[in-house]
Amino acid sequence: MNLQDSQMNPEGYTTADGRRIGGALMEMKNITLRFGGVKAITDISFDIREGEIRAIIGPNGAGKSSMLNVISGFYVPQEGEVWFRGQRRAPMKPYEVAQQGIARTFQNIALFEGMSVLDNIMTGRLTQMKTGLLEQAIWWGRAQKEETAHREKVEKVIDFLEIQHIRKTPVGRLPYGLKKRVELARALAAEPKLLLLDEPMAGMNVEEKEDMCRFILDVNDEFGTTICLIEHDMGVVMDLSDRVVVMDYGKKIGDGPPDEVRNNQAVINAYLGVAHA
Amino acid sequence: MPDQLIYAMEVSLNGLMAGVMYALVALGFVLIFKASGIFNYAQGVLALFAALTLVGLQNGQVPFAHVINAIFGTDLHHFGWQLPGLVAIALTALVMVGLAILIERLILKHLVNQEPIILFMATIGLAYFLEGLGDVMWGADIKTLDVGLPQGISETIDEVTFNLFGYGFFIDRLDIVATVVAALLVASLTAFSQYTKYGRALRAVADDHQAALSVGISLRFVWVLVWSIAGFVALVAGIMWGSKSGVQFSLSLIALKALPVLMLGGFTSIPGAIVGGLIIGMGEKLFEFFAGPLIGGATENWFAYVLALVFLVFRPQGLFGERIIERV
Repeated sequence: MNLQDSQMNPEGYTTADGRRIGGALMEMKNITLRFGGVKAITDISFDIREGEIRAIIGPNGAGKSSMLNVISGFYVPQEGEVWFRGQRRAPMKPYEVAQQGIARTFQNIALFEGMSVLDNIMTGRLTQMKTGLLEQAIWWGRAQKEETAHREKVEKVIDFLEIQHIRKTPVGRLPYGLKKRVELARALAAEPKLLLLDEPMAGMNVEEKEDMCRFILDVNDEFGTTICLIEHDMGVVMDLSDRVVVMDYGKKIGDGPPDEVRNNQAVINAYLGVAHA
Repeated sequence: MPDQLIYAMEVSLNGLMAGVMYALVALGFVLIFKASGIFNYAQGVLALFAALTLVGLQNGQVPFAHVINAIFGTDLHHFGWQLPGLVAIALTALVMVGLAILIERLILKHLVNQEPIILFMATIGLAYFLEGLGDVMWGADIKTLDVGLPQGISETIDEVTFNLFGYGFFIDRLDIVATVVAALLVASLTAFSQYTKYGRALRAVADDHQAALSVGISLRFVWVLVWSIAGFVALVAGIMWGSKSGVQFSLSLIALKALPVLMLGGFTSIPGAIVGGLIIGMGEKLFEFFAGPLIGGATENWFAYVLALVFLVFRPQGLFGERIIERV
């Protein structure tokens, strides 16, 4: 069995560089999403495996961001099922999805501009903090210990993403590339089971892109975090991801390892256009 | 020291104390405005409702007594108990939390993603509803509120100032208590919002709803929390104003005085609400003292608004407010 076939094995597979990918962490089954009469997503199914870097690509308006919003609970699909960790997920609010261990970043950055970098990243720990309102209000004993423990985790993330020098800076003052990195840090601080990245490299220069690539690979490698990302830059996608879903006009037109997708005629047509005789 | 100057000092001190009262009301506005962008017109009525409930619970009044008596021909008015002040305050605080939950369930939940003006209208509706509810529940008569706060002239200050200037200042002890309470309130609110996870969630929601959702914050929970805190601040304001001038329906009008305070201090700043309150309080007393006799008095009615207007021209975001710059 060659590598490409083995990647369709439901039990998991081993990548070319020897990483072990597990079974399905998240499964999307026949998802259809409509806005009024407009179909944003039509009958799409795919899965995201444990430990995998999964990319969703496609031209503008293909419905990639809509798909990410379905996974993170911002949109509720009219048809289809979402399965997470072997269980069918009832329609939920975005904050409930986050509490289940799915963290995300946004295409046009959604940070708390008025808060410091440190505070922003600390909000990522909210789902992990257990003390109740009363304990927090009197700020004594458990609540205080908890804060210290979570601070330590956050400092690790800060070290990991090399943003020590801006810890106390209000986010509003940071340049674009660093904001993107802080947003990633906030998502990472939640220690997510699934990390969703909506165009993590959009609008970056080459150097920033390389940094971001390295961070994404390191996150996957060191923490074993499953990652699903949307990206425009084909080169980046092909380098990073284990498997790629290709969307066009809300439909899935390709799914498989990068090499296979690259040579898929439907994908080539969608990206380069088709000559109409 | 010339007499005039000594009088002016006394007047400004009294003004500062009055300013604390304004600031207490303004604080409630700022909390809700920061967290949800809603200008809560009902904040003043919230204070009135809290004070009415407090008096009612403390004196063991039967709520809705008029209605019950009219329907069943009974003659209920009191349960016949008298609660200690602290117990009554704790119970009223619980009622305010319940009210916050109801407001979220019945109003805010249905108005998510609406224009701010719609939400503002909703709070006007809420204000009149609460005023009516307070009336039906506890009756429209003027009540005295006494939770055991010290009242009357502070002899210590009278003595100290007499020894210093040969003239004793008249400072109400209640005003001193109000100042201490307001300072404690602001300190604890600031600490809560800076160092606890709920405070962080609160600031997060105030900053960006979408991002807040993505880190697992329930907007509805935060709204209940904010309105509970605003209800609690309203309770504190209600206690202070009620102890000072009795619990009566004109109490809800003090909300209007909070408006110029907010314009001065900025709608989004807790320290701004305090400083704004102090400036207005002291400003109007001093203006009355110096200019009142020249132009026929009653300047306290309008001075605050004129001062706010002047501020609007030169610094529309207020002293401490965030300057909003929209990128094009």
